Amino acid sequence: MSVEAPDAGLAGSEAAGEAGKARGRVETPLKRFVSDYAESPLAVVAFFVFLAIVAVALLAPVLAPQNPYDLAQVSVLDSRLPPGEVSMEGYTFLLGTDGSGRDMFSAILYGLRISLAVGVLSGLLAMTVGMAIGLVAAYAGGRVETVIMRIVDLQLSFPAVLVALMLVAILGKGIDKIIIALIIVQWAYYARTVRGNALVERRKEYVEAAQCLGLPHRRVVFRHILPNCLAPLIVVATVQTAHAISLEATLSFLGLGLPPTEPSLGLLIANGFQYMLSGSYWISIFPGLALLITIVAINLVGDQLRDVLNPRLRR
Amino acid sequence: MSAFILRRLFQSAVAVIVMSLLVFFGVSVVGDPVYMLISPDMPQAEIEATIKQFGFDRPIWEQYFLFVKNALQGDLGNSFIFAEPALKLIVERMPATLELALAAVLMAIVLGIPLGVYAGLKPHSVLSKTIMGGSILGFSLPTFWVGIMLIMIFAVVLGWLPSTGRGETVNVFGVPVSFLTLDGLTHLLLPAFNLALLKISLVIRLARAGTLEVYHQDYIKFARAKGLSSRRIVFVHVLKNIMIPVVTVLGLEFGNLVAFSVVTETIFAWPGMGKLLIGSIQTLDRPVIVGYLLLITVMFVIINLIVDVLYSLLDPRVRLADRGA
Repeated sequence: MSVEAPDAGLAGSEAAGEAGKARGRVETPLKRFVSDYAESPLAVVAFFVFLAIVAVALLAPVLAPQNPYDLAQVSVLDSRLPPGEVSMEGYTFLLGTDGSGRDMFSAILYGLRISLAVGVLSGLLAMTVGMAIGLVAAYAGGRVETVIMRIVDLQLSFPAVLVALMLVAILGKGIDKIIIALIIVQWAYYARTVRGNALVERRKEYVEAAQCLGLPHRRVVFRHILPNCLAPLIVVATVQTAHAISLEATLSFLGLGLPPTEPSLGLLIANGFQYMLSGSYWISIFPGLALLITIVAINLVGDQLRDVLNPRLRR
Repeated sequence: MSAFILRRLFQSAVAVIVMSLLVFFGVSVVGDPVYMLISPDMPQAEIEATIKQFGFDRPIWEQYFLFVKNALQGDLGNSFIFAEPALKLIVERMPATLELALAAVLMAIVLGIPLGVYAGLKPHSVLSKTIMGGSILGFSLPTFWVGIMLIMIFAVVLGWLPSTGRGETVNVFGVPVSFLTLDGLTHLLLPAFNLALLKISLVIRLARAGTLEVYHQDYIKFARAKGLSSRRIVFVHVLKNIMIPVVTVLGLEFGNLVAFSVVTETIFAWPGMGKLLIGSIQTLDRPVIVGYLLLITVMFVIINLIVDVLYSLLDPRVRLADRGA
């Protein structure tokens, strides 16, 4: 297969074959990235699992057989039915029902929506904040950098759970407050990553060239340095998103996270926990599995991205 | 060395002061604790007396200085809920948490090092790959989820182990401990394993990486050439050299364990500091929250200090570098 494209040998014969078919001899970075990534079948599976989870979460109102928070659709008479039972109105609860008669399958879809939204939103905002601060630290240098990095070090010397607990104790409950807490917990990781990379990039010739051309600082920082720091940032973002989802679930499980009106997976698990000792295992287990699959899938994708995007590991 | 320690001490003090400011002002800005102590139908004079008694009528910075002054004398104020000194409440629950955390560290060492060394010695065997796969799971599973699973499997389905409380305790020097009675030990097992899981995975990784690195060093080759048994090589030469990162990381992680025990204690109804904190956050019991957070900050700072010093003792290169500087 690789005979067609002898020039594209860098990324292995498989990629060369594909690239060869399409263009003859040119291999775009995107194609190399995709073929590098596809080297681990597990990571490919994880990626598609993650895509499916996102799709399911986005389409929850369409896919879910009932709206678990519309009281007109929920009947207490159906409470704590095991998986496969049939409701009063005659449809089957695939994953059983919880203490107030809600269909667990629907509740999980809606919960996934909230968990993912909180995780991704806080991750993106934390990335923006952390990126900006990290870039400023690296580009400004001097005292500004020292102060910023001291704060980062101080924060990172405390475990994320503890910082999150402190913030929740201070800010109180609610979806907005949880997101703020998660941003404060996470920004330092991004800031440290960006600063480390920006320091390396800053000393390279192309930055010097840009500065010699008299480009404004803002342009140098955002158009020249930042794009070259993106690879490690993407890896951190993936892992941190999984972390944020897990952290939010933990806080909600402890009763310090989201209010019961916006039940994330963590809250569903907490609700089921009280019934578990009396044998109604499904109320806790299924949301737990959904959470688990989400987190593991994101982590696997992150692991593979780390290997693929790390220039030192590039073959 | 002493300059190094002094500098560290100064940094630690700054960290504690900053944290105390953040925590105190943060917690004071949240909900008004006054409303927790008075009921609307109290006579006005009584309300004012209560406010005065707790110092809520003074400016917030004055409250802070009063708080610092009292804190330095070991008085963190009385709990609004229990009407007992906050410090006393926290300290009473500390042994339970420390016991749990120590048991978890022990488990991490006893299970993590052999598994990790094995995975390092035979990196391509199926068992090693299983161990490493398991450690990835150990990293990504949320602690509370694992705790629920443990209860589900061992307490509900199999019925082997209890899932709540500390069980029977024995007093050692006036401190109640669980691990000396059989009942207490069975109560300790599940929560300790739950707490340890993350650290077991971590130790496995460290031990494996260390073994892989050490095993190709010249002194191992020399030891083998000298005719030492492979058992002696592994137990003396390899183990000694991988202990440095393991000890450092476990030391640093000890504080992490105490912090994470908040989750484990809540799940297993373990009567420690973490459970107290969650309860206090829910009832807005300000002195206890502030006290817990301050205490744990101090603990973290001390742990970091100890690990730094220990590290320099374990690894002569650190000491030499410092002397040179």
